[in-house]
Amino acid sequence: MSSWETVIGLEIHAQLATKSKIFSSSATAYGAPPNAQANLVDLGYPGVLPVLNREAVRMAVKFGLAVDATISRRSVFARKNYFYPDLPKGYQISQYEKPIVEKGRLEIVLEDGSRKTIGITRAHLEEDAGKSLHEDFQGLSGIDLNRAGTPLLEIVSEPDMRSAKEAVAYMKKIHTLVRYLEICDGNMQEGSFRCDANVSVRPAGQEKFGTRCEIKNLNSFRFIERAINYEVARQIDVLESGGTIRQETRLYDPDKGETRSLRSKEEANDYRYFPDPDLLPVALDDEFIESVRGTLPELPDEKAARYVEKFGLSDYDAGVLTASREMGDYYEAVVAKLGGHEKLAANWVMGELSAALNKEGVEITASRIDPTRLAGLLARIVDETISGKIAKDVFEQMWSDDKDADAIIEAKGLKQITDTSAIEKVVDDVMAANPKQLAEYRSGKDKLFGFFVGQVMKATGGKANPAQVNEILKKRLTG
Amino acid sequence: MTELHHHTLAELAAGLRARRFSSVELVTHFLARIERSNPELNAFITVTAEEALRAAEAADKRLAAGEGGPLVGVPIAHKDIFCTDGVLTTCGSRMLSNFVSPYDATVVERLARAGVVTLGKANMDEFAMGSSNETSWYGPVKNPWDPKKVPGGSSGGSAAAVAARLAPAATGTDTGGSILQPAALTGLTGLKPTYGRVSRYGMIAFASSLDQAGTLTYTAEDAALLLGAMAGFDERDSTSVDTPVPDYAAALDQPLAGLKIGVLKEFFDKGLEESSATLVREALAQYERLGATLIEVSLPSLPLSVPTYYVVAPAECSSNLSRFDGVRFGYRCENPADLLDMYTRSRGEGFGAEVKRRIMTGTYVLSAGYYDAYYLKAQKVRRLIADDFVRAFARVDVLMGPTSPTPAFDIGAKVDDPITMYLNDIYTIGANLAGLPAVSIPCGFVGQLPVGLQIIGPHFAEAKLLNVAHGYQRETDWHKRIPRGYE
Repeated sequence: MSSWETVIGLEIHAQLATKSKIFSSSATAYGAPPNAQANLVDLGYPGVLPVLNREAVRMAVKFGLAVDATISRRSVFARKNYFYPDLPKGYQISQYEKPIVEKGRLEIVLEDGSRKTIGITRAHLEEDAGKSLHEDFQGLSGIDLNRAGTPLLEIVSEPDMRSAKEAVAYMKKIHTLVRYLEICDGNMQEGSFRCDANVSVRPAGQEKFGTRCEIKNLNSFRFIERAINYEVARQIDVLESGGTIRQETRLYDPDKGETRSLRSKEEANDYRYFPDPDLLPVALDDEFIESVRGTLPELPDEKAARYVEKFGLSDYDAGVLTASREMGDYYEAVVAKLGGHEKLAANWVMGELSAALNKEGVEITASRIDPTRLAGLLARIVDETISGKIAKDVFEQMWSDDKDADAIIEAKGLKQITDTSAIEKVVDDVMAANPKQLAEYRSGKDKLFGFFVGQVMKATGGKANPAQVNEILKKRLTG
Repeated sequence: MTELHHHTLAELAAGLRARRFSSVELVTHFLARIERSNPELNAFITVTAEEALRAAEAADKRLAAGEGGPLVGVPIAHKDIFCTDGVLTTCGSRMLSNFVSPYDATVVERLARAGVVTLGKANMDEFAMGSSNETSWYGPVKNPWDPKKVPGGSSGGSAAAVAARLAPAATGTDTGGSILQPAALTGLTGLKPTYGRVSRYGMIAFASSLDQAGTLTYTAEDAALLLGAMAGFDERDSTSVDTPVPDYAAALDQPLAGLKIGVLKEFFDKGLEESSATLVREALAQYERLGATLIEVSLPSLPLSVPTYYVVAPAECSSNLSRFDGVRFGYRCENPADLLDMYTRSRGEGFGAEVKRRIMTGTYVLSAGYYDAYYLKAQKVRRLIADDFVRAFARVDVLMGPTSPTPAFDIGAKVDDPITMYLNDIYTIGANLAGLPAVSIPCGFVGQLPVGLQIIGPHFAEAKLLNVAHGYQRETDWHKRIPRGYE
């Protein structure tokens, strides 16, 4: 059996977070009653004309700058012609020959920690179509045009990915980036962020690409991975049993976990693209592009590098903390309040806090413990008022009520015991109460040290300073 | 005593301001004329009598209060390509035979704000595709100068209505001569402004890069009045140009001495009927007498304008007309079996033959494998034609030639021969392809049929064009003639 190499390119559709549509003044908010957000322009009424939303252009440029791309000084909107009931004008306004963003790149981190650059062929602006609803209409179809005219940025990658995992890593990176840039809410369930995957396989070492299939409309990271893996296996299967791959568009069925043919290349539409005469070419000057550059936030890679260099975090920790802009903001707010102790703050944000957020399924921006309160808790660890272990209990308490760490520590008497003579007294009591274990320890059973630590902590309700307990026990036990 | 319909728009406007008659009287007068003559001419698809009288009453109140600009209370007709809020807007097609527009086109809105009263919606070639007004779902329009003849097209209803004095002026649209050619064939002053001068919002699109709204009037002075109210940037039309609107009326009386007129060599070709050529030459001689200089100008790419136009315009129309699918508005076939059946029958039954011919031509030239050879090539030739004009305007102020190769032809004479029909627009298409403003004014008669002189100017030179046309109309009275039976 020969070995096969997988080749993947992605076309990601990111819905731009503009308030109004790309060519009309209708609102873009999700979830309105059907057709409540479709005006005459969205409905494609006779005589109406599109007017480009400047904000959508600004967002596309922002993306282009963030992936080191060339921003076209002159880009052109084109009409993609086809008939479908949820496409009101009978054409979609898109960009074809002259997209607004060309030749960018993005670095992804692979599982083994190595890095890989994925080329971005282009990113272009276009309008979304509406939705056809086939249920509940007694055999007829309903059309909801709320989504028609919503601005999309279609981000097309080079065929640079070699596994489903790489494709997911790339998609996640774009997902992180568009949210950092605040140009897309990234909501995959609502369809704000979705992708088509072009997948082919070729014998390892062969330069020429194999025939590709396009898998449409993947809207979760899990589906992308599963769909690609299924498709790769299917193609290898076909080739190894002597067949050939037909260039076609396929659909992923998440219930069955398989892809199936939608239409072949021969059945594909001839879209008859031509420049839209209703819209002027988009001319951008350096001044505009530089003004957009001025609004770029610190990007995830830059932020992670800063965390490693300035805060001494590991690459892994820096990567986790910068996976979303909100998480980084939270983390840095904690560090600022705490006045340092970046590693401690990182452990808590990635550990207890993330666990609690995941458990309740809430975003970090809606955390029940804000950065100030968390910093208040961590400060008590730093000044040794409480141990890390006690701090976890306090954290739990803080999660369920509004009290600050100090109030909880005070009310519950959790303050750590650091008075040496007090600890010595407890140690003496424990030794006196466990003569058998003491004798065994002294005859060489070192393992029992932990038993004594446990007894002392138990006797102090966990409040004794662990370092001091260790030190005193060691001294006394040896006699 | 002269009758109300013997006046120009400017005279009527002045009469209203002087309270010599009221807007209600004026509107009533024209509505009566429409009622009498429209059954014969078929110039109107819809007459909005009630709305017109209401608007006239409001106008009279404004006039009494001394409010508003020069157009308060004057009635006009709108080509049925302009969307009118609450009024049937058909574009001459069965496809929109049930379409009551929920909004006003910018042109309609601006004129209404200026106090202009709408008498009704004028007949037209279906979706403005035609040169004879014979492709209308509502039947052909007759030329008031001879009921056996066409009035030209596509703004044929507008032209016939104004020529027969059923309305003192009308709006039109011009994609390849659709204002200029009917103006010539009915003895009117037709103005097609620079592409982008007047908003296209609410004007049902035929070929978006060529369509432009304009006027059909008796005089250049009337055109100046209307254009002043119609023109200007509209944020709802990205192709409208944000450049100030000059006072067109103020420039009308500039002397023409020293004017450099380019006489278009290519327009005096073998396709031009000799009797028309003679009248155009006489008009040029008149301009010489007014102090202008004639300079022969050649635009070598101009003969390519008809084939270029018949690639570009159908390409755009094939896409523009895709929205007429029976889903949201307009004609839908009876009992569609499924989606494809609904599309094919709604469009098959809703569109006429000429519209289908152009949709198919346009679909073909945009298809994969043909795009470069047709659409892209046509766009390159279009650029060459525009460049020819730019070079010409470096030497002359305006260009002149005939508007149409022949006077009005018989109804039915060319309907079965699209190529001959298309050649009717051979002299007017160049200005559309180059986006230039142009005027047609009457310059004589062949028998009882009027002939038009075409004047083309550089971009945004409407004031100059109207000045040049007005100078001629001060010396001649061709534009004052009224067809027999409509005095």
